[in-house]
Amino acid sequence: MTEQTTASAEDLAAAGADQLPPPRTFAGRFLASMWTANTVTVTVLAVLLALVIGGILIAISDEAVRATFSYFFSRPSDFFTLSWDKVSDAYAQLFKGSIVDPATVQAAVNGTGPWERVFFPISETLTYAAPLALTGLAFAVAFRGGLFNIGVQGQAIMGAVGAAIAGFLLPLPVGIHLVVALVFGAAFGGMYGFVPGFLKARTGAHEVITTIMLNYVALFFLGWLIVQKGIQDPERSDAISKPVDDSAQLTHLLGFLGPSLRVNLGIVVAILVVAAIAWLLRRSTFGFELRAVGLNPEASRTAGIGVGSTYVMVMTVAGALAGLGGATIVLGTAVSLTGAVIGGVGFDGLLVGLLGRAKPWGVFFAALLFGALSAGGNRMQSFSGISLELVGVIQALIVIFVAAPALVKTVFRLRPAKVSGLGTGMSKGW
Amino acid sequence: MTASTVEAAQSVVEPVRYWTRQRKVGVGLAAVGVVAALLFGSLATSRKAEFTLAETISGSAVGIDGTVGAVVFGVLAALAGAAMLVTARRWFGWLLGLGIVSALISFLCWQLSQAPDNLNTIPLGSVARSSVTLALPLILGALAGVLCERSAVINVAIEGQFLMGAFAAAMFTTLAGSVWVGILAAGAGGLIIALLLAVLAIRFLVDQVVLGVVLNVFALGLTGFLYEQLMAKDQSKYNQPTFVPEWDIPGLSKIPLIGPALFKGNIFLYGAIVLVILIHVGLFYTRWGLRTRAVGEHPAAADTLGVKVLALRYRNVLVGGLVAGFGGAYFTLLSTTNFNKNMTSGLGFVALAALIFGRWSPIGSMLAALFFGFCSALAFSLGSINSPIPSQFLNMLPYIATIIAVAGLVGRVRAPAADGTPYIKG
Amino acid sequence: MANDDISLTVEPGEIHALLGENGAGKSTLMNVLYGLLQPDEGEILVDDKPVQIRGPRDAIAAGIGMVHQHFMLVPVFTVAENVMLGAEQTTGGPIGFLDRRRARKLVREVSDRYRLAVDPDRTVEDLPVGVQQRVEIVKALTREVDLLILDEPTAVLTPQETEDLLEIMRTLKAAGKSIVFITHKLKEVKAIADRITVIRRGRTVGTAPPDTSEEELASLMVGRSVLLRVDKGASEAGAAVLDVAGFAVNDDRGHRAVDGVDLTVRAGEVLGIAGVQGNGQTELIEAIMGLRPVVAGTATLDGRPMHGLSTREILRAGVGYVPEDRSVDGLVKDFTVAENLVLDIYNTEPYGTRWVVRPEAIAESARARIEQFDVRTDASGQATVGTLSGGNQQKVIVAREFSRPLKLFIAAQPTRGVDVGSIEFIHRQIVHERGEGTAVLLVSSELDEVLALADRVAVMYRGRVIAVVSPDTPREEIGLLMAGVTTDDPATARTGSEDD
Repeated sequence: MTEQTTASAEDLAAAGADQLPPPRTFAGRFLASMWTANTVTVTVLAVLLALVIGGILIAISDEAVRATFSYFFSRPSDFFTLSWDKVSDAYAQLFKGSIVDPATVQAAVNGTGPWERVFFPISETLTYAAPLALTGLAFAVAFRGGLFNIGVQGQAIMGAVGAAIAGFLLPLPVGIHLVVALVFGAAFGGMYGFVPGFLKARTGAHEVITTIMLNYVALFFLGWLIVQKGIQDPERSDAISKPVDDSAQLTHLLGFLGPSLRVNLGIVVAILVVAAIAWLLRRSTFGFELRAVGLNPEASRTAGIGVGSTYVMVMTVAGALAGLGGATIVLGTAVSLTGAVIGGVGFDGLLVGLLGRAKPWGVFFAALLFGALSAGGNRMQSFSGISLELVGVIQALIVIFVAAPALVKTVFRLRPAKVSGLGTGMSKGW
Repeated sequence: MTASTVEAAQSVVEPVRYWTRQRKVGVGLAAVGVVAALLFGSLATSRKAEFTLAETISGSAVGIDGTVGAVVFGVLAALAGAAMLVTARRWFGWLLGLGIVSALISFLCWQLSQAPDNLNTIPLGSVARSSVTLALPLILGALAGVLCERSAVINVAIEGQFLMGAFAAAMFTTLAGSVWVGILAAGAGGLIIALLLAVLAIRFLVDQVVLGVVLNVFALGLTGFLYEQLMAKDQSKYNQPTFVPEWDIPGLSKIPLIGPALFKGNIFLYGAIVLVILIHVGLFYTRWGLRTRAVGEHPAAADTLGVKVLALRYRNVLVGGLVAGFGGAYFTLLSTTNFNKNMTSGLGFVALAALIFGRWSPIGSMLAALFFGFCSALAFSLGSINSPIPSQFLNMLPYIATIIAVAGLVGRVRAPAADGTPYIKG
Repeated sequence: MANDDISLTVEPGEIHALLGENGAGKSTLMNVLYGLLQPDEGEILVDDKPVQIRGPRDAIAAGIGMVHQHFMLVPVFTVAENVMLGAEQTTGGPIGFLDRRRARKLVREVSDRYRLAVDPDRTVEDLPVGVQQRVEIVKALTREVDLLILDEPTAVLTPQETEDLLEIMRTLKAAGKSIVFITHKLKEVKAIADRITVIRRGRTVGTAPPDTSEEELASLMVGRSVLLRVDKGASEAGAAVLDVAGFAVNDDRGHRAVDGVDLTVRAGEVLGIAGVQGNGQTELIEAIMGLRPVVAGTATLDGRPMHGLSTREILRAGVGYVPEDRSVDGLVKDFTVAENLVLDIYNTEPYGTRWVVRPEAIAESARARIEQFDVRTDASGQATVGTLSGGNQQKVIVAREFSRPLKLFIAAQPTRGVDVGSIEFIHRQIVHERGEGTAVLLVSSELDEVLALADRVAVMYRGRVIAVVSPDTPREEIGLLMAGVTTDDPATARTGSEDD
């Protein structure tokens, strides 16, 4: 059953990093996370490699580029120039849409354009990153506890439902209303995470199967709920709920610069929760149990730790995190429930959690990267005509390369170094 | 001093606990039956509920008064549950089956009796046929899983293989004007994902569940991207596949109930049946199967006897990819008319559940897939008789049934012992 | 480096013993010979001709067969399937349908020819260990090997089964087969070997004829003379601490593993459980620890019933436990030494509370215990346990369990796969704990260890304690008991089934 894989030395580096005294400042933590082991190198190269393959896809899917194939051998330069133009334009848009567009800075400095446009890309990136960080954590926490939570999507849906219901049904004053709505989101998600945890502890039903099924149940439930009387927006005939009260919405942080800057308190919530989970894993009794059970349930049981109850607890916490992720969407940007209110933020959470190597701050930076790709992808789609789906391909490729450090090392002929792979420590069967 | 050997006869008898699993299930079933009798009985009207073996609702049918039917069959279910309390173990399966079927009929009596006139008939032939049809991709996906996991490579990427197969089938059927070219292309599409799975799992030792999940996202993105960049821009050139032909088996297809379900089929139906048999026979009666199972249970033992563990894993994963890709073609060549983004909507994961529910055996997986297909078909039929139950809840049925099945009836199943662990020599 | 410049020559029809202590590199050497590992340098000659052995296939072709220490059998397969795997009898043709009839016949033939008594239709996981080993031998013989490597074949056998195995080896020798017999047990070597090669730390330290004295062989093996005798005073047994009555426990597959066991362990004494592995010892102690459901019977700790207590409650009630398989049940390998040292008490003062853990306090106590228990690791305790040697890992477990006040200490195979230095250290710790008035329940498949430490010896056979005897009882008599043969002398033995 437990054939020891390459886990040993590599995971030790990763696990050991947790034990170092945590740097006090945020910047210190950032740097520590940048320089732990050699994982940064691999991550950067993985991103690079994924972008290269994405570029190839852009080129070959372009009509004009394909036209050059017919005379490739007589004039190959056409192919390369055209491809280069196409790909570099696409990636330039990706950058401008996610970080900053130099033209808007120029304009703002000259006084010919608003500052709002300068901050728009970064605002979009952070807007996308906030729920991703939370759903990524939902996956990561379960992963550290030895559970593979594919149910983040369903838990996030339930979270969105809970938050929205509290948001438009409860008449509460400003401030309290928002807090209550967030708590509702976490509670709904938590309850939904409790179910597979309980089933696992009680009957041994594998969480991969039960969480997948629960995703569908949540989706159908949402579809039913939003057409019910009292929930559905009475002014609309399509399937959409009433909007959340203003008092329950997450405040826009840069609203004073312009209405298009959507970045809201959600990112602050995400950062606080990431810090809290980092503390929880390292310094709390539950975190100790979670990590022990995740790494070796048999030894944990022998040492008197309740493995079943830990699983239930882990899934409940994971569900609550996913629920918060769904809540930040409905309270921050979507405002109303629709059938696709949270999009694919739950499934993307799996990738974010993996890319962040299931560590809280790692997950946060992974969420920033994915948020940037999503924000930039929108601009790339509208300005270069490259389908947004490309972002999904790039994201998947990044995670594949990060998950297979040996592959990246082979491609780039790196010296063998200590690089932690993903989950090699929990290589196990059903 | 005389010596004697201690005999192995068991001396301590386990104290008999009254609440065995059978009795617990029995109580649960009895409760379901009572609830059915009371609830469905009171909700049902005295109009007729009709059942016919045919595929359409016209023609002869067996009818029963709705209220009477709901109560009678509810009571029958309760009795079956009660009988479990007092009968021997060997009756468990029969009683459970009887109880579930009775409860289901009770429920249907209620549903049918309140349906509008002319809709109060349920055509069982049609339910059987759509059960089988809906199960087809799940059977093929689960078989792909059997091939991989029996040789100890976990395949969570069935969904991705479906998508690639569906995409390739749509595109190449349209381009070549032939479904057979499309089906070959579908196999190749599944093969691409299988190749990635095999190389990354076997050669680069990536965690297999992680890998499967990521490959699904990759396939989703890739097919979505190509769809938008290519297909959506010129649907008639790339995305107008034809259906696969229907092949009736003369005579057999006229048998009521199972005729239309099993003998009025197409390449997917007959392909699935042949593959189930082939893989079952292959696994348990041939050299390939013996080696595959050995590699899945104890690769080191196989290795010390000269079996090439990694080569066999590569081979099986790749063949699995072909099968799943073929299953993917179902989506564009049979169930709908063209490719769409994320059109498999997670059925690859359901196939995975069928694999586990079916205990990693070809026949078990097929039965599990049929169970899921039946739940879906039932939900569909109820929708068409204007059931008062919201369609969303009907649609949940197969998923909730799977959870109950996996949690309640399967529990801790025994996977191939080495499933998911990469093999490293030495 | 596991092997460094080793030379070994085996003559036809010779039984050649390869002697060395745990971790000396015996198995590594044989895995090279069998093609499972590749040598960095050197060559292998068969019949004086150099051969390349790249894998087991080459080894079999060269006439080399191997019975591994951990059997290479597929548990869910039948004997015939296991034997045919890799060289299947088929009905021919490209599909290769299995010809199970021919396979069964071959197993029967070989089994009869060498008097191995193996039934081809039994499922391997249902067979006793001794029979499984014979299946391994059949496997090699059907492949017509000339040289058979037996890697620690007697480690899992009763004295009786060992005798049978030695007889089989003589039969094979008479049939002209050569045998390499890897072991660390001197008596067996002297009983059967034609020649003895001793290796230590990956090097050959000498070749000796079988009439070399045991003392001489032992000192060759470990580089100094070893005393497996522990200095301990007489036991001052007090009141009963653990009382087990009518215990019945099932194994993982639902088969009865412990079948009506009565045991009493008193304060200040070591009760050793002798018996071949797989006779219910593991299930017995797991059930006592609350890790496995008890089918029938009761256990009391200091007179208080243990029924329904969780493992944590049992540990906190003053029970220390060293599980049999340290890497699976004993340690979280990716945790640090410090964390493993508090795996059972992380949420009690001063290490933590219900809500928080205090890494500083955990690290501080780790420093003290690493020093006290002579764990060879980074003094801060921040190294992951998986990087430690087997002996030091075991010391971490012992240190953890001894850091609470104990009434009862249960140790299963406490020195398995541990170097001699650590063995002596752990034995001294156990004796010391006994001196403090702790009741000790020791389970070991090494009879020598039980005899050295125990004040009373309970022999387990097929789930029952068939006798409780004094450690001064002759070895042969205990050996017979381990094989299930009881005497009717009431003074030294009592049968389990006669208990109340």
